Amino acid sequence: MTTTSAETIVRPARAKTAANSATARRKQGFQHGGWFVAPFLALFALFIVWPLLRGLYLSFTDANISGEGAHFIGLDNYREALQDPLMWDALGHSAYFTLLVVPCITVLAFLLAMLAHHIERGKWLWRLCFFLPFLLPSTVAANLWQWLFNPGSGMINHVFGIETPWLSDKSYAMLAVVITTLWWTVGFSFLLYLAALQGIPAHLYEAAKLDGANAWHRTVHITLPMLRNITGLVVALQILASLQVFDQAVVMQDFGPGPEDSTRTFVQYTLEQGFTSYRVGYASAISIIFFVLIAAVALARMWLLRNREEGGR
Amino acid sequence: MTTAAPPVRTRPRRGWTPGQIVLTLLGTAVSVVFLAPLAWALFTSLKSETEAVEVPPHWLPKDWTGQAWSAMFENGNITNWFVNSLVVSVCVTTIVLLVAALAGYGFARTEFRGKGLLMGVVMAGLMVSPAVLGVPLFTTVQQMGMVDTYWGMILPQCAPAAMVYILYKFFQGIPRELEEAAFIDGAGRWRVFFTIIVPLSRPSLAAVGIFTFISSWNNFLWPYMVTNNPDLMTMPNGIATVMNSYGIQWAQLMAGGLMAGLPLIVVFVFFQRQIVAGVAHTGLAGQ
Repeated sequence: MTTTSAETIVRPARAKTAANSATARRKQGFQHGGWFVAPFLALFALFIVWPLLRGLYLSFTDANISGEGAHFIGLDNYREALQDPLMWDALGHSAYFTLLVVPCITVLAFLLAMLAHHIERGKWLWRLCFFLPFLLPSTVAANLWQWLFNPGSGMINHVFGIETPWLSDKSYAMLAVVITTLWWTVGFSFLLYLAALQGIPAHLYEAAKLDGANAWHRTVHITLPMLRNITGLVVALQILASLQVFDQAVVMQDFGPGPEDSTRTFVQYTLEQGFTSYRVGYASAISIIFFVLIAAVALARMWLLRNREEGGR
Repeated sequence: MTTAAPPVRTRPRRGWTPGQIVLTLLGTAVSVVFLAPLAWALFTSLKSETEAVEVPPHWLPKDWTGQAWSAMFENGNITNWFVNSLVVSVCVTTIVLLVAALAGYGFARTEFRGKGLLMGVVMAGLMVSPAVLGVPLFTTVQQMGMVDTYWGMILPQCAPAAMVYILYKFFQGIPRELEEAAFIDGAGRWRVFFTIIVPLSRPSLAAVGIFTFISSWNNFLWPYMVTNNPDLMTMPNGIATVMNSYGIQWAQLMAGGLMAGLPLIVVFVFFQRQIVAGVAHTGLAGQ
């Protein structure tokens, strides 16, 4: 601060206060951030924290949809939930869906990204083609595939010359939802992989080439290890999203539970309990169980990440 | 071992080597598989309803007709739904951008009591979604008297902890000196935020905005829960519930689906680079 030091000679006292107030102002600038955060926190409190607390409270009551005349019933809802075969079935369906979708989408996204990354011409075109389905609303994607899987006038059976009852047989119904989901959402993970591939420094490949490594070795020993973090991210995001599957499954089954209830997902079961059976208390209890499950997955990922950071390198 | 190729930084096009030909053919085949369902939707929407359900199915319409499209506009609420979708998505995107940018900056650059604790609470909020807490969220919105209203659809989509986190991380990367200089010149916090921080963060804000718009335009679950009124429905919602309810008219349904998807597809074709960067950026920030 050249001006301050010049003034020091003339009027030391005033200069000192000026310097002080500059520091003070600088510090003050970073204080009282409450107002910046306030609007978000208000929305967050109303629509995240409050429903969570309310759900917790309701889960100990026998509240119905009107919210009147609810009685405190302790842990009864939770006790009932743990013995509710339909809840376990629904959880099983969501888990089965997750188990099928996550590995498929991860591998497929990686392969598509490798393809788009290594073709030298028309990069934008490949990106467009693979990502396009992700831009459709879930319900549109589901309707479209419901139409494609249609036994008589649908294209899938016609093209492959088969007569699979995709939507009406319990061994295929969830598979149809999985295939729809792959087509619809792989574009997102594909973009993440593509961005990560473009971030790998080219000199690594050049050095390996000089050492005589062929394309396969370069992929296995450079590309895959460099993509480890992004794979962790893709897998985690997909697990969390897949456990919460709802839209595709209900739309493809016309808002029903599917053949022999085989596509009734956990989210769907919660909503049925809340909005069809009007058992808001019970629906809240199973929501809370679901929340704990989701939180456990998220925390497990954080724990794994931290362990790797400490142990790795 | 290849003979001394000069080390070039930018990869030159090597022309049509056999490898490139194979890869391009493969890429084309995969693209056809990806686009075929969309083409099928388009062709179906240009058939008459009776031709659409003919067995066995055929790709191209024998009689090209815009019947399904015009019927959809005449009988249905589709224009209403389109406007509703637009209103909801634009409002959600605007509010999220404003609120998340302010909060991200507040957490990244200012000090206040309980900041650490609040940050932890916000991070915990990442695990809450309408899919998980739908029923209690509905009763909350019901208590506020916002069922079957625009605000009821919009506001619960406006507290995305993830977006705050993304912007928080970005703001942390901006050098403090820029702000300090402005403070010394006597600028207030708000002025610094709007004249220095916001212009510097345009790419990140665009990323958050784009991502928010896509997910809000395509959001089905929450509007489905909060409104039964056909006049208030959004595109994904109206198509899935109303158009599906009285005997599916496939040609119309496909036309409706394409209309719901079209705005984002058109926007994507024009702003591909920004959208790709935006989606990758918001996704990667979760690392």
